[in-house]
Amino acid sequence: MSAQDRATGPGTIKRRSFIDIVLGLGFVSTAVSFIYPLWRYAIPPIAAEPATDSIIAGKISEFKTNSGVLLKFGSKPAILIRTPDGQFRAFSAVCTHLDCTVQFKSDTSQIWCACHNGLYDVSGQVVSGPPPRPLETFAVNLRGEPGQEEVVISRT
Amino acid sequence: MTQQLFAWLDERLDLSALRHFVAEKSVPVHRHKVWYYMGGVTLFLVGVQVATGILLLLYYRPSAGEAYESVKFIVTQVEFGWLIRNLHSWSANLLVFMAFVHLFSTLFLRSYRKPRELTWVSGVLLLFIMMGFGFSGYLLPWNELAFFATKVGTGIAGAVPFVGDFMVRFLRGGDEVTGATLTRFYGLHVAILPAMTTVVLGMHLLFIQRQGMSVPPSVEKREKAGEKIPQMPFFPHYVLHDVMWWYVALAVLAALALFSPWELGTKADAFAPVPAGIRPEWYFLAMFQVLKLLPAHIMGIEGEVLGVLGFGLCAVVLLLLPFLDRGAAEGRSSKLVTWGGIVALAYMFVFTIYGYLAA
Repeated sequence: MSAQDRATGPGTIKRRSFIDIVLGLGFVSTAVSFIYPLWRYAIPPIAAEPATDSIIAGKISEFKTNSGVLLKFGSKPAILIRTPDGQFRAFSAVCTHLDCTVQFKSDTSQIWCACHNGLYDVSGQVVSGPPPRPLETFAVNLRGEPGQEEVVISRT
Repeated sequence: MTQQLFAWLDERLDLSALRHFVAEKSVPVHRHKVWYYMGGVTLFLVGVQVATGILLLLYYRPSAGEAYESVKFIVTQVEFGWLIRNLHSWSANLLVFMAFVHLFSTLFLRSYRKPRELTWVSGVLLLFIMMGFGFSGYLLPWNELAFFATKVGTGIAGAVPFVGDFMVRFLRGGDEVTGATLTRFYGLHVAILPAMTTVVLGMHLLFIQRQGMSVPPSVEKREKAGEKIPQMPFFPHYVLHDVMWWYVALAVLAALALFSPWELGTKADAFAPVPAGIRPEWYFLAMFQVLKLLPAHIMGIEGEVLGVLGFGLCAVVLLLLPFLDRGAAEGRSSKLVTWGGIVALAYMFVFTIYGYLAA
């Protein structure tokens, strides 16, 4: 053991421990400089998709009474319903329970989620099953010449 | 704390073999020992490739319609995506370069001589696998340059007598380079070649651990004459030296990745004319250049066929070198091997530069 290796008094540090600390700090800072970019990389970037505000579903004549169709509203599905009395209603087709896509049941004139048997009425209100909230409602407007109107769905 | 953890594990798993190994293993110290670290640096770069490659898989999409866009997304949208891709591309090139340095150093030091023939053979196989990685990975961004380089590269396989046409179709997954080629190369690049690497690299490292470091014939002579060759403990001395070299490699790699970003180019288009300056990765350039220079017919045989057969023969000689150079085991350094190595180095150096200037 050389003279430097000996601790010489209170408040002093062995040469060996000093080198250990410096080396350790070097390795730790390397690890941090690796982990930070890796962590940031693994987080998916926020998709810069423009939010859709309204879509044209089609001509009024294309939709029969007591029926429902699924439409693409931005990146999510929407459901357009024509009630038995001929009115149009539109909702987000994403079930408020666990994000399954709902469908229209013409035999009972209800909106049904097949995943966990959630039922909504034609106003989007929960009738039975696990959904905690009503479906998000979209506005439906008719545009154009009478008889040839386009059905426009928009976010309220 | 490390000691406590080790004691805890030792109590349960009996790590005496490991303890013994770490305490006893030593590495000879002599004036050529710097070459011992080249394999370690190559191994480090393999680690970088595995890590960055896995990260690229998080966003990469292997289809003709989306591959280019997904790489563009990685380098423009994903945080540090440019860094990961630059590291992967640059590290791939450094890896092949270091593999060549490692190969030529073992060649000139005759480390392949008995009893280490299999270490050499597994090492040469690893080099071929790494070139396969380079060739398949080059296509994955689906850019113009890679698309046409792959067309040419796979086309060369067509020059192999008898099985050429089959090989071209097999490599391309069809008659042309299409999306089918891309998924094929992707499978090769991320599954088949990594699996092969795991096995062959495992063997390579096992052989090295089993046999210890080779010493050059000149040092061996001194040892036989009764001189004691100094040794250094493997742990921690040699390991720390190794890590120091890894840091050097990391510094070079980081500097290249930061200051010289890897180009993405334009998206591949099968109906666009071949861009000027088309060329493969640099480690194929010397071969590419020779094939370009060969006349159409040499002694009645197609020039390209002869070229491909010539390179095939070189590969076989390289692979079987320890069995061809039998004198090395008795301490006779063959002049033929030395000059062969020098000529090979000079050829690669000159023709790579020539290929760059000619393109």
